[in-house]
Amino acid sequence: MPITDDDIAKVAQLAHLELGPEELKVFAPQIAEIVNYVEQLNELDTENVEPAIGGFTPEGAETDSSRDDELVPSLGQKTALAEAPDAAEGHFRVPKVL
Amino acid sequence: MSRETVEAAVNAAEKLNDTLNAFLYIDKGAPQRAENASGALAGLPVAVKDNLCVIGMQTSCGSRILGDYHPPYNATVIQRLIDAGAVVIGKTNCDEFAMGSSNENSAFGPVKNPWDVSRVSGGSSGGSAAAVAAGIVPVALGSDTGGSVRQPASLCGVLGLKPTYGRNSRYGLVAFASSLDQVGVFARDTADVARVLGVIAGRDNHDATTAETPVPNYLESLNGDVKGLRIGFPTALFGKGLDDEVGKSVKDVVDAYRSLGAEIVEVELPHAGYAIAVYYIIATAEASSNLARFDGVRYGFRAEDAPELRQMYRKTREEGFGPEVKRRIMLGTYVLSAGYYDAYYRKAQQVRTLIKQDFLSAFERCEAIITPTSPTPAFPIGEKVDDPLAMYLNDIYTVTGNLAGIPGLSVPCGLSSGRLPIGFQLLGPYWSEPTLLKLSHAYLSARPFTERPPVRA
Repeated sequence: MPITDDDIAKVAQLAHLELGPEELKVFAPQIAEIVNYVEQLNELDTENVEPAIGGFTPEGAETDSSRDDELVPSLGQKTALAEAPDAAEGHFRVPKVL
Repeated sequence: MSRETVEAAVNAAEKLNDTLNAFLYIDKGAPQRAENASGALAGLPVAVKDNLCVIGMQTSCGSRILGDYHPPYNATVIQRLIDAGAVVIGKTNCDEFAMGSSNENSAFGPVKNPWDVSRVSGGSSGGSAAAVAAGIVPVALGSDTGGSVRQPASLCGVLGLKPTYGRNSRYGLVAFASSLDQVGVFARDTADVARVLGVIAGRDNHDATTAETPVPNYLESLNGDVKGLRIGFPTALFGKGLDDEVGKSVKDVVDAYRSLGAEIVEVELPHAGYAIAVYYIIATAEASSNLARFDGVRYGFRAEDAPELRQMYRKTREEGFGPEVKRRIMLGTYVLSAGYYDAYYRKAQQVRTLIKQDFLSAFERCEAIITPTSPTPAFPIGEKVDDPLAMYLNDIYTVTGNLAGIPGLSVPCGLSSGRLPIGFQLLGPYWSEPTLLKLSHAYLSARPFTERPPVRA
């Protein structure tokens, strides 16, 4: 199905990207071309094919990935906040929500 | 002794960085750490792709949105290297968030190929490949989601291994497409790949997708005994789009294996032609989800002049991400969006099953499959930047390995008439790393790749 500039603008909004008009002009035909390319999959009849879940090996799928419920040290507030662009009083500070 | 080795690596990295742009960070303190190093890899200098977390160093992922981010923990593979005495000398340049096949998507400029600095290094782990090719370090780590270790290894003339999915921990590897990502190893010598894989591989409680499968002594498989091994030759993959010199070079490798006593059998991979389409649905869908975390709140870059929260998210991501990352996030968001999920994502997962089944049935008849790694040698910087689809087709031989979860190893096998490296790829069943390493070692013992690039340490 054809992809319009409006579709791309809507997708950008869903993805939290604020694209400028120049970028929209470049991306729209490129994404349309890629979507057109991937639609070659429609040639294949996959009616009775199970979807693959990850690249899992049988051994990986059988591995018990639960671990002992033991208390281990966490990062701690100071370290967790060390890389924050705006930390204040033990919190991540963000611009107003409303 | 080891201090001098590490010091030489740091000096070479610094000296060549203006030419190659292979490193985003070089640690001058590394030689000091080599003094007391002990273990199986004591004093081994290692370069690490800048999307793997190392305490005390930046992790930028080649992106402005992380920039100067300093992680508070070591990736499991890094911790295991350090515990074995290896010394990380710096962080290597890569395509932004590992998205690319030429390293031109790095926010910090492309890596130059040591064989011809007007050409790409390949990607996305281009800096690691170039650092090993130029002789700066004997070993480097990268990550491979669709070929990002094997393809630059091939373009730079070194070995590059993507292990079985679940062989190596992804804890501390910044996620791109979680069901495809795997940490891989670059080296100039099969034994070094074997040695390093043996140290980093194995179950990790921090990554639920790592398997309990025991880690063998990979060095033991390097015994040269390939008699009777069956190598699958997928004739159909040696056709359209493959450079003549690359095709001929890989066919010469097949002849070499035959004379070493291996048996060559024809195999078919009927769905291999659909792999790029499947890959660009699954990888972008997973990326759009994984990269949602970069929002300017907890770490990294935050855009200024955005007085409202959602506006801050959008501006931060708009200013922080480069074009290819935005393109993939949008493609992934599109294929996952309401009404399209079944048509794209579910369909792609179904075809992924078919691709997996192709390999499982091919491996009933052989122990490994041989293909080219990349359809062409290194191309000029700038040649494909405006054509994303043409760029994606570079990964035609490598993405199937990630989709099926099987291991793949790229091995150098010669130079083109323009003196650019050519590599071949060995693919094997799950956990067949010993077979792939054995085949690589046997080939390189019979036909050593001794050429060196003009730009080198």
